[in-house]
Amino acid sequence: MSNGTLYDKVWDKHKVTELPNGQDQLFIGLHLVHEVTSPQAFGMLRERELEVAYPNQTFATTDHIAPTEEEKRKRPLKDDQAEEMLTALETNTSDNGITFFGFESGKQGITHVVAPELGLSQPGMTVACGDSHTATHGAFGSIGVGIGTSQIRDVLATGCIAADKQKVRRINVEGELGEGVYAKDIILKIIQDLGVDGGVGHVYEYGGEAIEALDMEGRLAVCNMSIEGGARAGYINPDETTYDYLEGREYVPEGDEFEERKEYWESIKSDEDAEYDDVVTVDADGIDPLITWGINPGQVIEISDTVPEPDDFEARTDREAAEQALDHMDIEPGQSMVGYDVDVAFLGTCTNGRVSDFEEAAKILEGNKVSDDVRALAVPGSESVRAECEARGLDEVFINAGFQWRRAGCSMCLAMNDDALEGDEVCASSSNRNFIGRQGSKDGRTVLMSPAMVAAAAVEGEVTDARDYLDDEPAGSASGVGEAAD
Amino acid sequence: MAPENHITEVGGTGVPIPGDDIDTDQILPARFMKEVTFDNMADYLFYDARRDDDGEFNDHPLNRFDGASIAVINSNFGCGSSREHAPQAMMRWGVDGIVGESYAEIFRDNCKSLGIPAVTTDHETVVELQEWIEANPDGEIDIDVENEEVTYGETTIDVDIDHAMKEALVEGIWDTTSLMYSNKSKVESTVADLPYVQSD
Repeated sequence: MSNGTLYDKVWDKHKVTELPNGQDQLFIGLHLVHEVTSPQAFGMLRERELEVAYPNQTFATTDHIAPTEEEKRKRPLKDDQAEEMLTALETNTSDNGITFFGFESGKQGITHVVAPELGLSQPGMTVACGDSHTATHGAFGSIGVGIGTSQIRDVLATGCIAADKQKVRRINVEGELGEGVYAKDIILKIIQDLGVDGGVGHVYEYGGEAIEALDMEGRLAVCNMSIEGGARAGYINPDETTYDYLEGREYVPEGDEFEERKEYWESIKSDEDAEYDDVVTVDADGIDPLITWGINPGQVIEISDTVPEPDDFEARTDREAAEQALDHMDIEPGQSMVGYDVDVAFLGTCTNGRVSDFEEAAKILEGNKVSDDVRALAVPGSESVRAECEARGLDEVFINAGFQWRRAGCSMCLAMNDDALEGDEVCASSSNRNFIGRQGSKDGRTVLMSPAMVAAAAVEGEVTDARDYLDDEPAGSASGVGEAAD
Repeated sequence: MAPENHITEVGGTGVPIPGDDIDTDQILPARFMKEVTFDNMADYLFYDARRDDDGEFNDHPLNRFDGASIAVINSNFGCGSSREHAPQAMMRWGVDGIVGESYAEIFRDNCKSLGIPAVTTDHETVVELQEWIEANPDGEIDIDVENEEVTYGETTIDVDIDHAMKEALVEGIWDTTSLMYSNKSKVESTVADLPYVQSD
């Protein structure tokens, strides 16, 4: 049993009581709502004639179905189903006094991009959302959990979820990242080491020098993919990087109140002598960029390695999964992923749709052109990210290179809008899941990688080592973790 | 939905859904989530996996074991997204209970919310049961939630069930909304101690 960790402290602060079924009733301090998983929950509430218990702790935006082409955002949306979902969200939020960031607000975007940049996500909170990537918010030192629709109903009606406390695994990520290697590579490395179900029953506490060196946007990318490693939540203890990022943001208190809040944030950090259920070390020193070769995020290699033989895997089921992956991806064991043909380049998502991600990709694209055979989409994670990128002139870099510069949304990560793969297209993607069918075509093929690698793949028309494009970079940008974007 | 049911036992014929790490994008592809109710979800269950390239049903187990009530799965089933659409689709298709090696956590929580017992046992036992179903498509499988047993043919096996799930199902208290709603004043005192929540 863990003791004295941030997870223990935040859990205890939010524990209301133990329920008769043995679970804990946990108060949720920040509830994020989007259009896809919430309408049924609001419906259940109406059936029971219940009201939203904590509307001031609840914030909504639209992301999954949001069209990313400017002209397609006019209302009513051309897609009747999308329009119905969006209208339902508008009605449900306005009827219940919930703040909604719509297209016109300038703050619309992916929940997990919007809440951090507005300062809604803070250390020591419990955060829930009907989306598995809610772990993202753990980057601030909070407990963020993805929940199903019935649990959304619970949070709307009671402000709480019924939850089992998990074990805590401390993951020390040691070493220093080289140039052109990013937070995305760290989390892919962790999943490579621990597996896609390694985190089941655990929350991950990420620490160590490689994590501490990351800026907030890098930390968000790491925590975001906790769920791909099977961990429902992942977090990083707050520090000065966290506080610097938060100060001055819209929903963060100012002056004395900020200092008071900071005392709370400091108080929930894991103790020096905290006890963990498990401690593992991941060596990230000098790792190469990672890319997936298969159909789950654990089927991943460093760019310098080759696609493994199914027989390399000990477990029969892993061998079968590898066979299936080789067949779907149409690749051979022993092959390098370098040179794997790419049809689509997709940059964005709650993993890598922040300003520093576009900045890193732009470094590659500056003065280069997207290959004629490649359809390239740059989709900012939020309208604020878009505005900030445009203020820095990054949109010009993307457009000049041949990328489509889009409006904010989840887009081709899961293709619930018009942005989808066709047939067996291969997508170099900065997203988080390479599951079969994920990007909208059952034969589509996804190769997960960092934003810089996506940009390089777009230019070459095939998977390539983005570091080849960074050789001429001036000194000083070699930290490998994008400059702070705030 | 009538959440006051005690669920001590579920049974019926079985359907094996073999494979590890079967994700929610396979169980319920995202493009079918653009509906504001769960009513039609059964139609979309394993939509792509169940069809050939020409759109005809293939020999996917769900096509061969129509009418089954007990799904038998392998490890880390339901990994990926939090979409309750996945277990909703299974439930609406006819699945009343699941036997398997392991579940992704959010998926298991969603099953609990819906009153679907999701029990576990080891790999060999699961494979034997899957093979038995292939040989006995009309054979009855019974999940005894209370006694943590699964019976099929002449065989009875011990299974595990998450404690909270068992309590919830057997005691009929799996409607967590009512359960937690009754603790309103305790919630308020918890909230009062949180520096970041302004009282409404």
